[in-house]
Amino acid sequence: MRHLLSVLLENEAGALSRVVGLFAQRDFNIETLTVAPTEDETLSRLTLVTIGDDRKIEQITKHLNRLIEVVKVIDLTDNVHIERELMLVKVRAETDSRAEVKRTCDIFRGQIVDVTPNTYTIQLVGPTEKLLAFIEAIGSTKIMEVVRSGVSGISRGTKVLSV
Amino acid sequence: MAEMLSGGEMLIRALHDVGVEYVFGYPGGAALHIYDAIFKQQAVEHVLVRHEQAATHMADGYARSTGEPGVVLVTSGPGATNAITGLATAYMDSIPLVVISGQVPHDVIGTDAFQETDMIGVSRPVVKHSYMIQEAEQLPHVVKEAVYIATSGRRGPVVIDIPKDTTDPNNLFEYHIPDKIELRSYKPAERGHYGQVKRATKALLESKRPVIYAGGGVIQGDAAGELTTLARRLNYPVTNTLMGLGAFPGSDQQFLGMLGMHGTYEANNAMHHADMILAVGARFDDRVTNNPEKFCPDATVIHVDVDPASISKVIAADIPIVGQCKAVLSQILDCLDEEMQTNGVDREAVGAWWNQVNTWRGNHGLDHNLYQQESASGKLLPQQVVQMVYQATKGEAFVTSDVGQHQMFAAQYYKFDEPRKWVNSGGLGTMGFGLPSAMGVQFAHPHATVVCITGEGSFMMNMQELSTCSQYSLPIKIVNLNNQALGMVKQWQDMQYGGRHSHSTYADSLPDFVSLIRSFGHVGIRAESLQELNEAVELAFSDKHAMDLVFIDAIIDPDEHIYPMFVKGGAVNDMVLKKHA
Repeated sequence: MRHLLSVLLENEAGALSRVVGLFAQRDFNIETLTVAPTEDETLSRLTLVTIGDDRKIEQITKHLNRLIEVVKVIDLTDNVHIERELMLVKVRAETDSRAEVKRTCDIFRGQIVDVTPNTYTIQLVGPTEKLLAFIEAIGSTKIMEVVRSGVSGISRGTKVLSV
Repeated sequence: MAEMLSGGEMLIRALHDVGVEYVFGYPGGAALHIYDAIFKQQAVEHVLVRHEQAATHMADGYARSTGEPGVVLVTSGPGATNAITGLATAYMDSIPLVVISGQVPHDVIGTDAFQETDMIGVSRPVVKHSYMIQEAEQLPHVVKEAVYIATSGRRGPVVIDIPKDTTDPNNLFEYHIPDKIELRSYKPAERGHYGQVKRATKALLESKRPVIYAGGGVIQGDAAGELTTLARRLNYPVTNTLMGLGAFPGSDQQFLGMLGMHGTYEANNAMHHADMILAVGARFDDRVTNNPEKFCPDATVIHVDVDPASISKVIAADIPIVGQCKAVLSQILDCLDEEMQTNGVDREAVGAWWNQVNTWRGNHGLDHNLYQQESASGKLLPQQVVQMVYQATKGEAFVTSDVGQHQMFAAQYYKFDEPRKWVNSGGLGTMGFGLPSAMGVQFAHPHATVVCITGEGSFMMNMQELSTCSQYSLPIKIVNLNNQALGMVKQWQDMQYGGRHSHSTYADSLPDFVSLIRSFGHVGIRAESLQELNEAVELAFSDKHAMDLVFIDAIIDPDEHIYPMFVKGGAVNDMVLKKHA
C-alpha cells in the first residue's frame, strides 16, 4: 500500500539526514520526498511517499517519532486529504507539433513557462496520476527533460498538523 | 556576573555540573584545547585508556553498573571512528553514554583535513542523537541536553562533535547552564495508559499458565524492585533475558533461568506452553523468539516498554502498554490491589502449572553442582569454573563478560540476585567488551569485587588495557576460559559445518598468558585441574590479593559445547540438549 506521511521536524542542520538515514538503515523505501520550512521557520514540513503493509508503516511511523528532532508524524492516507505535485517538462515543440503540444498542455491545465523556437517548458500541478497521464499523452519521443517536486499533501477540512 | 570561560573550560565545567565523575578518553590534536582545560581542574577525573574502543566500553560498564551516563572523550578522525563499536554496543543495549569527539576547526571541515572524519555521519545509525557544535556558547546547554536525552526514555548513546575552534582558550564566554531541559519534539513516555493497565491486570489474573518475561529495560529503568514484588505477589514463574539477568533474583525458586537460544529447558518450555506472557522491558529479540511464526502459540502477550517502536515489532502484542517499566509495574500493582478484592489468582491452575514447570526443571535443568566432581574427560569444564567463581564471590560480585561460549556459561551458572551486577554486550555481541567494561565498573565501585569472565579470543581484542589497569591500580579478577579456540564459532562449525574449523583455532600461537599478565605487573595463575582451579580461585579472591589484578588462565576442555541450544527455525522449546555422539 502506498502511504503519504507528513512529518513536522525541527528546522536544524542534520535533521533531514536522520530521516533519510532511518529509511536506509531499516530497509524502508522512499518513493518521493519533499521538504521546506513552514510559516514558523523553526519547523520544517516533510512529506514522503512510502510503500508497505500496515505493520511496516506502523514501524516507520514509530521510528520516525523516535527521532529526537521529529515533532509530529501523520499518515495523510488515513483520512481524506489533498495531494499535489509540481512538474516541469521540457518538450520538443517544432513547427509541425507545436500546436498539438500546446493543445495537450491546455487540456491538462498546464502552463507554458518558457519558450524557445523548438521547445516549450510546461509547468503542471496536480496529483501524481495526472502528471503521469500528461507524460503519456505527450509521448516520450517529444520529452527532453522531466523534473518533479515530489508529493506534498494536506488534510481536508479543519484538521491540521501543527505543534 | 557570570564567570568567563573558554569553550574547553565550559565543556568540563558543564560535565561537572551535570554530575560527571569520570571521563574515559584519549587525547589527540583536535581535542588538545579540551585536554588543557582538563589539566587545569580537579573536579572531573580523566582516565587515560590505551584504545578509544576500550574507553567507550569503560564508560558503558560504568553506566550499566550505576545507571548514570558514561562519558567518553576522543579526538577526531581515528579517535572518533575507534569509538564507533562502543557506540553501537551501547545503542543496541540502550545504555546512556555521552561521547565527545574533537573535530577539525570549522574553517577546514569538508577539506579532507588531517584526522578529519564526518563523525556525525559515521555515527548516525548507532546513536540516539548527536550534536555538532557551531558556537562555543552552545556547549553547556548541549551537554545538559545530551545527558537528558541519553538518560531518559529508552536510554542510549549521544555524540557531541566539537570543532577545535569552539574550544579555543583565547575566546572567553559567560558560562550559563540551564536548570532544566524541555524539548517540544521529545517527550518520553512516563505512565502507562490506565485502560491498558486495567486490561493487563485482568489478563494476568485470568491466566492459568502465566510467565513473566523480563528484559534489560527492567534493569535500565530501575524497575527490578517492582517486578520482583509483582512476581512474588502473584507467585508466577519468571524468566529473564540475557540482558535482564538480575531483574529478578537468580537464586529465587520462582526463577526459571534465562530463556532463549541458550536458555534453560524449563524457561523455554514454560514460554512455549504459556497462555499469558507478561513481557517487560524486553524486545523479543531473535535470540529469544527463535522462529517468530512458531513463537508461543497459545499466549496472550502483554508488552510493557518505554519504546513504542519495540512493541509489536517482532511479535504482535495483544495488550501493549507504552511507559516506563517502573511506572507501569507500579500501576499494575495498584490495579492488582483493587482487582484482587473481587478476582484472585486461580491458585489451583497456577499450582498445576508450577508442577509442570518443576517437572521440566527436574528433568533437564542445569546442574549447579558440577564443580564438586571431576569431569569425564578429566579436563576442566567451563561450567565448573563459573560455579567455582560463583561460590567464591557468594554470588555478590559484579560480573562482566565478553562474547561467546564463556558469556553463555556465565549467564547460565552465575546466579544474579541483584540488578546491574551482570554486564555484557547482549545486543551487538562485542568481543573485547569484558575487560574494559569491568574497569568502568571498578571505577564506579572501587571497593566491590569485579570479575571479568572471558575467553582468550575476546580477551585478546582489548588486552592492551592491562596497562591502564596498572596505571589506575584496578583490582579486577579476570577468569579466562581458555579453550584455545573461538569456542562459539567452533561449536557452530561442529554442529552445522561438518566439523570444519575454518579459522576458529590458533592453539599454537597463543601467548603464555601468565607471563603476559605478569609483565604488566599483575598476578597470573594457571589452572588445569579441579584442584588447581580451587587453589587459584581461593587465592584470587583472598584478602592477600584484594588490591591486585588477578588473572586465572583456566585451561578448559576445548570440546565442550554450550547447551541447551535452539534448533534453528524451530519454536522456543525446540532445543538440542546435549552433544550428539
